[in-house]
Amino acid sequence: MAYSDKVIDHYTHPRNVGTLDKSKNTVGTGLVGAPECGDVMRLQIEVNADNVITDAKFKTFGCGSAIASSSLATEWLKGKSIDDAMKIDNMDIVEELALPPVKIHCSVLAEDAIKAAINDYRVKNGMEALVSEKAHH
Amino acid sequence: MNLPIYLDNNATTPMDPRVLEAMLPYFTNKFGNAASRNHPFGWVAEEAVDYAREQVAKLIGANEKEIIFTSGATESDNLGIKGVFEMYKEKGNHIITCTTEHKAVLDTCKHLEKQGARVTYLPVQSDGLLDLALLEQHMTNETILVCIMYGNNEIGVIQPVKEIAAIAHKFGALFMTDATQAVGKIPVDVIKDGIDILAMSAHKMYGPKGIGALYVRRKNPRVKVTAQMDGGGHERGMRSGTLNVPGIVGLGKACELCLQDMEADTIRLSALRDKLEAALTVMEESYVNGNVNHRLPHVANISFKYVEGEGLMMAMKDLAVSSGSACTSASLEPSYVLKSLGLSDDLAHSSIRFGLGRFTTEEEVDYAVKVTMDAVNHLRELSPLWEMFKEGIDLDSIEWAEH
Repeated sequence: MAYSDKVIDHYTHPRNVGTLDKSKNTVGTGLVGAPECGDVMRLQIEVNADNVITDAKFKTFGCGSAIASSSLATEWLKGKSIDDAMKIDNMDIVEELALPPVKIHCSVLAEDAIKAAINDYRVKNGMEALVSEKAHH
Repeated sequence: MNLPIYLDNNATTPMDPRVLEAMLPYFTNKFGNAASRNHPFGWVAEEAVDYAREQVAKLIGANEKEIIFTSGATESDNLGIKGVFEMYKEKGNHIITCTTEHKAVLDTCKHLEKQGARVTYLPVQSDGLLDLALLEQHMTNETILVCIMYGNNEIGVIQPVKEIAAIAHKFGALFMTDATQAVGKIPVDVIKDGIDILAMSAHKMYGPKGIGALYVRRKNPRVKVTAQMDGGGHERGMRSGTLNVPGIVGLGKACELCLQDMEADTIRLSALRDKLEAALTVMEESYVNGNVNHRLPHVANISFKYVEGEGLMMAMKDLAVSSGSACTSASLEPSYVLKSLGLSDDLAHSSIRFGLGRFTTEEEVDYAVKVTMDAVNHLRELSPLWEMFKEGIDLDSIEWAEH
């Protein structure tokens, strides 16, 4: 199966690889997937007092599409409010990266990671966790 | 050195130019049907087929009358297993095989279960070898066939076929082996090994695709298989269909070359394989899968923990290898062979198979080592699991969300 140019670009030059200090209250961490499924994503956001995401980092164990999906997610998150970030849909990722049907689960995982990171931040800061509609599996 | 580099010789091999040369006349000038008995076109084709039959027989220590040409190993496996089941059903309905067999064997057995066969799928030990005592425990008077592969396609482990055959025979069962990966690579002798039925394929041994053979023993005992295709009664009635003369000539030539080059190829390839393996296992948390003493000379299956195989292959630019990971399939199930060894799913997902071949050079192996190490290091930098491992976090202690 051939990968799209955008997947190859994100895979070869992943954006925002790294780790934020998860003990800080301004940092939200989402860890989703499982090693036995062949995909684990860890996505972290740093949020300022206005609830705007100022930094995002990821690390992913998975195939090229999983790495590209999480790399793209970090790019999209920076500068968004946590409310807007919650609206990122996995199908936007599918479209942007031109993922084939067998790789849609990678985008689902990225959406799950975004929501998990935001909810971790919310709970840490006295807000309720948001329950969203299940992504399009 | 030309890129990309082909290190997937267990999937298929390039054809040896000497094989192609032998085949070419049989597409054009010598195009006759080997079954045409009444003119020289047929005689020429028949002569070529007879010669190829001898070349194949010689490689495995058989008599040429015991070679049935088929379209490949999958057909040979089907014909052997289904043919025995139908021919010997008076005697019993029990078949024994093992969980690391090729799908051509496993799915054929599953098919026969629907037709009344009782099939035992024996587990293998953690090094991939069959436990002989366990085999013996499962043998019954109803057992008509023991079908165990010679060399494994994913990890290269060589089963103790001689001992397995002896156990099968002790209980009056036939012994069949799928020797697709072994024939032409290591000495296979149907007499010494006690093999009654053997499946093989040309394209795994520098011959063309679409041609294979089934060895069916003619004496001590005389084995018969029921034909699975009706037609002109070719191949002693066991496999109808006009003979693929160029393919057969190619298979014969490939066998002759393998016999001639086997020793030199084995020495050269096992040295290159060992070099590759030694260099790659210097890296932390990398493990060789399968028994390293009973193994085909040209295969290395290595798990690089905390990176995922498919992602890894993408980073191994210009290297054609294969992985036990199956991230593209709907099930996300990793290799069942590696799982049969008791490997955890994450290690199975992290595996890469390197398959060397007759045309692999040392320069290519050195390049492959460098590219693989760079890729593993790059992906570990991206891997949250690697980071956790480095921080001393026990990954089993984490409650992962299955998806």
